[in-house]
Amino acid sequence: MNIHGILAIYRFEMARTRRTLMQSIISPVLSTSLYFIVFGTAIGSRMGEIDGIEYGAYIIPGLLMLSLLSESISNASFGIFFPKFSGTIYEVLSAPVSPLEVVIGYVGAAATKSVMIGTLILLTARIFVDYSLDHPLWVITFLLLTSITFSMFGFIIGIWADDFQKLQLIPLMVITPLTFLGGAFYSITMLPEPWQSLSLFNPVVYLISGLRWAFYGAADVNLGVSLSMTLLFLFLCLSGTWWIFRTGYKLKQ
Amino acid sequence: MNSILSIRDVSKTYASGHAALKQINLEIERGEIFALLGPNGAGKTTLISIICGIVTRSAGEILADGRDIDREYRDVRSLIGLVPQELSTDAFESVWDTVCFSRGLFGKAPNTAYIESLLKQLSLWEKRNSRILALSGGMKRRVMIAKALSHEPKILFLDEPTAGVDVELRRDMWQMVRELREQGVTIILTTHYIEEAEEMADRIGVIRRGELILVEDKNELMNKLGRKELRVQLQSPLEVVPEPLAEFNLSLSEDGQTLTYHFDAQHEHTGIAELIRRLGQQGLDFKDLQSRQSSLEEIFVSLVGDQR
Repeated sequence: MNIHGILAIYRFEMARTRRTLMQSIISPVLSTSLYFIVFGTAIGSRMGEIDGIEYGAYIIPGLLMLSLLSESISNASFGIFFPKFSGTIYEVLSAPVSPLEVVIGYVGAAATKSVMIGTLILLTARIFVDYSLDHPLWVITFLLLTSITFSMFGFIIGIWADDFQKLQLIPLMVITPLTFLGGAFYSITMLPEPWQSLSLFNPVVYLISGLRWAFYGAADVNLGVSLSMTLLFLFLCLSGTWWIFRTGYKLKQ
Repeated sequence: MNSILSIRDVSKTYASGHAALKQINLEIERGEIFALLGPNGAGKTTLISIICGIVTRSAGEILADGRDIDREYRDVRSLIGLVPQELSTDAFESVWDTVCFSRGLFGKAPNTAYIESLLKQLSLWEKRNSRILALSGGMKRRVMIAKALSHEPKILFLDEPTAGVDVELRRDMWQMVRELREQGVTIILTTHYIEEAEEMADRIGVIRRGELILVEDKNELMNKLGRKELRVQLQSPLEVVPEPLAEFNLSLSEDGQTLTYHFDAQHEHTGIAELIRRLGQQGLDFKDLQSRQSSLEEIFVSLVGDQR
């Protein structure tokens, strides 16, 4: 295994994060903090509990997941899109690194950033809202699985995208609506039919539900189902990445 | 033959149907400087890109140092450095970081002493902490070369290495290429500056419309295809070439002051002595004689020029 190659990509990506600290780390933490202030402290104090949890605390897993999904996708997609755009991808393609090593480097760096952001958001949330972590190991598990899976999804988007508009298309037009409609701010059991049943087709429901169970031991969907769905997304993203490198899709002519 | 690179029946047809390469066969000898010449779109960059793993070939086999470029890609790619035609660099990185990145990417452990000597060799040491976007075009080209050499390759591809650089830098690069060859690096370069190939290359390959139409030792090529000419500067201008000199196929300049005679330098009898004698017989005095050999550029144009 080309460990030096993996580390080179990883360090390169992390250096980009350091260069763009405001945009990469501070901005998502700040915007999520605004959600905590508005929905947690201001509006949340006037709302009732959901599943026995105060509203301000209830929305934390959903907001955390919203940031994790969008940051994982945008970091990983930009990480591989920019070398394609600038032409520097030639160096990665001509280097003695396997597809797996390339993915570990890029996805590993993007997932690291997401976990850093997630941790900072959790710490920041403490300032505004009181919350508990009933199953901290499961919190870490879902944080890692979600970060890795959606960083890999972002990697696929970055390879697929031909221009900056396409790069933004899926995060803005698909992921954000699915997260808002996936129970970030409410329990899907509060929805009337058929919206409640339709929500079960939204993959983000399972991610938020799993994380919420890890926080408070209460969830819309069974933990096993949430975990299985998360692993299924991971498998689908792995398969997509494997196919891209096998065929050279949008990488090699 | 002591080949470091064997290209056998390599073809490439793009998805558009364009046949960029047609059954290329080529052996690159260890330690040589090989210049691949051809007009735009001839397939030079495609061939290099295939060898480096950037473009997938449609058919054929390539061995580098006896190893298959697909099955043993790790070993092969470690041997190869590429300076691409485009100045593709990460604009926001520093020179030092980007060169260290390249070394790591190619599987080599950090070696600050080597990177330092490389940057000094390429006159980049003073700029090591500068962002690449702040560098001039020539300096960026040096950075590309430093990146390609960062992992100490045995084979170096230079795709149009001096495109857009000034004369001084071009001379520096030629010197650097010679030094690399002395260190045992095999160099394959493509260039539009035929003067560059003439100056540096041991062998020349000419590619046209995806076909390798000629591979020849440079000196042999110039001897074989190059023509020599003798220019006779006359004391008094002529209006026409005198009839007794017709058999020499002389051409007369517009001002009537210069007669040009083309001859085969390889031939035992060049005809020069006879021409001088005849000029004397005709009472034509001359003030100067100049002999010159046609350049590689003229040979190249004669090979591909009329078929572009």
